[in-house]
Amino acid sequence: MSDGTMDTNRSGGLAFWVVGSILLVAMPLLNLLPPEDSWLHLSDFSLNRFGKFLAFAILALGLDLIWGYTGILSLGQGVFFGLGAYCMGMHMMLTIGKESVYGSDLPDFMVWNQVKELPFFWKPFYSFPAAIIGAVLVPMLFALVFGFFAFRSRIKGVYFAIITQALALAAWLVFNRNDTNLGGTNGLTDFKQVLGYRLSDASTQRGLYILTVLCLGGAYLLCRWIIRSRAGRVLIAVRDSEKRVVFSGYTPANYKLFAFVVAAALAGLAGMLYAPQVGIITPAQIGVLPSLEMVIWVAVGGRGSLAGAVLGAVSVNYGRSVLTNYFPGLWPFILGGLFVLVVLLFPDGLVGMIRKGKNLLNQPNAGERKAAVSEGKR
Amino acid sequence: MCLVEGQLTSMRISLGRTAAALGVVGLFLFSGPSLTIAADGPVAAPPTSSIEQALTKVTSEDESVREAAIRLLIEQGDASLVLRLEEIRAKADRSIRQAIKPLMDLLKNRAKLTSPHTDVRRSAAADLGSAGNPSAISWLDAARANEPNKWVRYTMEESAALLKLASDDPSITAAAADKLGELGSQNGVPALKQLVAAGDGAEATESQKTVAKAAGAAIDRIETWGVWSDAIETFFRGISLSSILLIMSLGLAIVFGLMGVINMAHGELMMIGAYATFVTQQCFTAWFSSDVFDWYFPAALPVSFFVAAVFGWVLEATVIRFLYGRPLETMLATWGVSLILMQAARVYFGDLTAVIAPGPLRGGAQVMVGVYLPYNRMFIIALSIICVLGIYYTLFRSNLGLRVRAVTQNRNMSACLGIPTRKVDSYTFAFGSGLAGIAGWALTMVGNVDPGLGQNYIVDAFMVVVTGGVGKLAGTIVASLGIGGLNKLIEPSFGAVYGKVFILVMVILFLQWRPSGLFAMKGRDVD
Repeated sequence: MSDGTMDTNRSGGLAFWVVGSILLVAMPLLNLLPPEDSWLHLSDFSLNRFGKFLAFAILALGLDLIWGYTGILSLGQGVFFGLGAYCMGMHMMLTIGKESVYGSDLPDFMVWNQVKELPFFWKPFYSFPAAIIGAVLVPMLFALVFGFFAFRSRIKGVYFAIITQALALAAWLVFNRNDTNLGGTNGLTDFKQVLGYRLSDASTQRGLYILTVLCLGGAYLLCRWIIRSRAGRVLIAVRDSEKRVVFSGYTPANYKLFAFVVAAALAGLAGMLYAPQVGIITPAQIGVLPSLEMVIWVAVGGRGSLAGAVLGAVSVNYGRSVLTNYFPGLWPFILGGLFVLVVLLFPDGLVGMIRKGKNLLNQPNAGERKAAVSEGKR
Repeated sequence: MCLVEGQLTSMRISLGRTAAALGVVGLFLFSGPSLTIAADGPVAAPPTSSIEQALTKVTSEDESVREAAIRLLIEQGDASLVLRLEEIRAKADRSIRQAIKPLMDLLKNRAKLTSPHTDVRRSAAADLGSAGNPSAISWLDAARANEPNKWVRYTMEESAALLKLASDDPSITAAAADKLGELGSQNGVPALKQLVAAGDGAEATESQKTVAKAAGAAIDRIETWGVWSDAIETFFRGISLSSILLIMSLGLAIVFGLMGVINMAHGELMMIGAYATFVTQQCFTAWFSSDVFDWYFPAALPVSFFVAAVFGWVLEATVIRFLYGRPLETMLATWGVSLILMQAARVYFGDLTAVIAPGPLRGGAQVMVGVYLPYNRMFIIALSIICVLGIYYTLFRSNLGLRVRAVTQNRNMSACLGIPTRKVDSYTFAFGSGLAGIAGWALTMVGNVDPGLGQNYIVDAFMVVVTGGVGKLAGTIVASLGIGGLNKLIEPSFGAVYGKVFILVMVILFLQWRPSGLFAMKGRDVD
């Protein structure tokens, strides 16, 4: 298993700036400059789709922090993602105003459900800053309360995974209800604008893409800063041996709670960026299965490596988007196979494979020795 | 008699017309049957002149004539008239058809009162009660005198009382209200409430008021009884859900206790057991006569156990054995397996397949007024008890069980003492998977067999394992009783969804108090 030092070397820093500038500058330029029929041209659809993947990558960073570095498997990240997305979605529902199908100030689904007055918890979301802050703060608060009780009573390992899975199931059930006034099964959709910019415009979507890249960069730097700090070292120590951390005089619960809350905040941020780019948020995106899929992004990319989390989120989602197009019935087989294969054969994911290949190329003998050592550790 | 003659002629004509429409060949073929009907017709219904007259008057345009005829037919007629009425109805226009329909229903139900089937007699009695025709009272009373079944007698009494409630005589009405109260009849509540409302009116007469008083007292009695019967049914439903959870969690908990592994594909092993039952059923319908069809169900028990056990054994040998000491990875890998199995079932079997319950498990038993216990639920409760006993025996009285317990307590020490821990793991995993197969076999009795079968209950089963703790059978039993019972207890007031949320909160709070479940392992080796 990698020990989290991979990102500290200089080539990692260089790669960050290279990949960052490609994502931030080159991709939008490829969308804007070449004529539509040129092979260099990146269509609006592709750019928008890529923006969605990058939003997922933000979530994957958080999940990597909690699972890859701290060793806590959370199967409920979809809930935090959903909370962020719904906060943003509620704001956008309210800004539809009279443009809605029924021409009412209320969102359409409330008109169907014969809700006469806006429920109280919708009211703060008239304001854009409140929605933005809420999209990050609500998941954080939720994670704080849930994590406090879970870590305080030393629920860990398999127990924590199951409890968070039950949380995902419960959240899915609650969001599916009509009487919670969150749109029921259909979720929130039909968004028109954000801050006065039309969401149907290509330029708005381009702006959202750039914003997502910036947020992803920020999230990456934040996570890197955390894992390089003293707290980060404790997190890694908790993963490797929680008992020794306790014996050394630390309180693992506090560190775990911190990582869990940061992961929830990043998931909320991802949801906030996801909703306007995709234009819909439904309970189907926050249930048990989506939450597990998020784990597989990180596993495929390589946990314990921030670059791996980003790579995994983008590649799995890209694969999904292509494959469900051509073979819709095949995707569950591939996803299931990925779960099994990655866990059994490539525990360090794509990044681990790249690193192994690099080692083999540079110093064939050293690579083998290193692999042997890591086998022995396990 | 000439009227009958005329009718028969018209019948022959109508048949002739049909035949003509069918063509010349048809005419030859149909002339035979039409003659036989003509010959049999007068014999089928014994001609009583008043009935025959009434039968013709039924189609009269004049409403009063028609009603008089219908009344006469109800009083004097019997089920043999139904066929004749059918014919009349086929020819009559819409308003007359509507008028004849209740008459036919009454006559049919009256005939059904003497049917050999208990259910038919009972539903006929209930129908007569709700039809609201007072002449049925005497039929019901007569039928009740010879009725062997207690619950059919009950329904007949209830229906008769319901009919008497509509009587003009206040003393009869009050007595009927008393009777309904004594019977605890939920069906009587709406009618009784009307009587109470009538008594409350400003211009209510003295007699109406006394009736209202009796009705009010009866409603109170019925409602008290209703609370009790609801409580009993809720209790039963709770036990039933608990036993489903228990059967599912047993295999999961044993494997978790032994290897520290949560098998996320456990639900899909259940699904495999259910599909094995389905396939056994299909084989029985294809290869054996329908007399022995019911035997498919017992035959499917070993089939589902072994098919699921083999799947589990393969799963252990190909995936899980490589992940020892890494429980979280095992969860992910088994979840991947579950996705594959689910999709494979969806592709191969399609979405909707159902198992037909064998005869003895259909229906249910009424144990008290308003308390109805379905046989399939009782069967599952019994099965869970048998499973617990079987597992208890296996774990505590057999050689394998001794080894399983030893490895559960201390793997390394057991290995030192010569227990083949790998083999124990492998057998235990197969055994736990077989138990999942049995759970799937039992679940075919309460729902459809579909690829999502395992998913419906699996999170609850995980909660049971987490709450119950590892290594002790009692923990799993108590936890499934607790979670299943609590679920059904709060469902009526919270609704199913908030009930689930509530249970999650309860489990988290419970784990504050007992972080490793009810019966945690104690000692130095516990991490």
